[in-house]
Amino acid sequence: MIALIRYLGRWVLNWVQEAGSMMLFLLQGLALAFVPPFRPRRFLQEMNLIGVKSTLIIILTGAFTGMVLGLQGYYTLRKYGSEGALGAAVALSLIREMGPVLTAIMVSARAGSAVTAEVGIMRITEQLDALDTMAVNPMQYVVMPKLLAGLVAVPLLTAIFDVVGILGGYLVGVVLLGVSSGSYFSGMEQSVVPLDINGGIVKSLVFGLTIILVASYKGYYTEHGAEGVSRATNQTVVLSAVLVLAWDYILTSFFM
Amino acid sequence: MIQVIDLHKAFNGQVVLDGINLEIATGKITVVIGKSGVGKSVLLKHLIGLVKPDKGQVLVDGQDITQLKGRKLQDLKRRFSVLFQGGALFDSLSVFENIAFPLREKTRLPETEIVSRVHERLEQMNLSLEAGKKFPDELSGGMKKRVALARAMIQEPEIILFDEPVTGLDPPMTNTVFHLIRKTHGASNYTALVVAHDIPEVFSIADYVAMLHQGRIIAFGTPAEIQQHTDPMVQSFIRGEPDFLEA
Repeated sequence: MIALIRYLGRWVLNWVQEAGSMMLFLLQGLALAFVPPFRPRRFLQEMNLIGVKSTLIIILTGAFTGMVLGLQGYYTLRKYGSEGALGAAVALSLIREMGPVLTAIMVSARAGSAVTAEVGIMRITEQLDALDTMAVNPMQYVVMPKLLAGLVAVPLLTAIFDVVGILGGYLVGVVLLGVSSGSYFSGMEQSVVPLDINGGIVKSLVFGLTIILVASYKGYYTEHGAEGVSRATNQTVVLSAVLVLAWDYILTSFFM
Repeated sequence: MIQVIDLHKAFNGQVVLDGINLEIATGKITVVIGKSGVGKSVLLKHLIGLVKPDKGQVLVDGQDITQLKGRKLQDLKRRFSVLFQGGALFDSLSVFENIAFPLREKTRLPETEIVSRVHERLEQMNLSLEAGKKFPDELSGGMKKRVALARAMIQEPEIILFDEPVTGLDPPMTNTVFHLIRKTHGASNYTALVVAHDIPEVFSIADYVAMLHQGRIIAFGTPAEIQQHTDPMVQSFIRGEPDFLEA
């Protein structure tokens, strides 16, 4: 029994220590955004890696999510004779909840794992040390542009996801199942309020920062060669997904 | 001059450096030898502040690098260059961009001057201009070392640290890299610390040799003095006797 308590205590202490260390890592990374030299090119490179290269997967995921919502929503609403509310149901589901969460999970799987692998390999091949010895701060050169790119790219990807999802719902609901185009869009217009959109944006900002923070942190402190990189990449995907869902609950409870 | 004074370092309770005392003379090549895993690279990383000691000092012209922070540490690091064991070339940059990197980051030289200096270094390392367009994963081990050496030399630093510069290379390439170190040293007269265990090749470039064993420097002198050293550990290592390697 004592051994179990000791084990739990050690686990909690390690967890708290890691959370604190991650928070300091984040603060240091963000603070360096205001310290010269400024490297806009590095930011654009990371926007390309995290944002542009994730666009296709976000469009595909958004389209199919919207189509499924259109299909499920139509048959559910038809039972109550409310097919006209399909547009509102699809838009609210996407903007408030599914857009930010699914975008974050897709970005975590695609770009988060890539960030961890890239930074982890830089660590084990001494590229981060090489930067340090050249008096170039590796946090500023490698990590900070990724954090900023995560902060900017994920909300933009979420917006793309939402728009494509709404069009996917339109394709199924209006084009295939015969809901009126006017009621699809007017229902949406009447139901979606600025608070819904703001909530979605805030969520995607928090998710974007969380994903890239976890990915960069796990890569930056990678140890034990290729096996360590593999483990860090795995931890990034799992931890990011769990944190995104946990944050989602916390933020939703604020916006409801 | 770099002075290492009573340097101690342990990782997870395992003592790696146990009171190192060493002087690295200005403008000379000092080679640290010792068997694999004895802590040579750890010692080298202390010299540039990549690892903090548990105890002891590393004085660079009187400044203790272990106590420096921020701008002062950055300024001191600018006097150094490091050639890492695996080269530590940036995967995402071409050979040309790798060599130009320190100039782009730390100087305001015009592009024409950067191009000229990089081409000069490529030529010095017997690398073609065409090689400048390649990426690190397209290079052989020997080419990587030469590119890393070119990058280390590009800012003409006062001090260069070489971490096992010929590990994994075949004998001709080993001699080529040592020849290049000797040649560039002759041209620039930098202070060098070379960590290596390639006997007897390292004696050809060394002005001084120090042997690290069980966390301490057990022998120090010119190559001739080390080869005549009476310590059985030193003799055993120089001769590559298997019983020593297993000890």
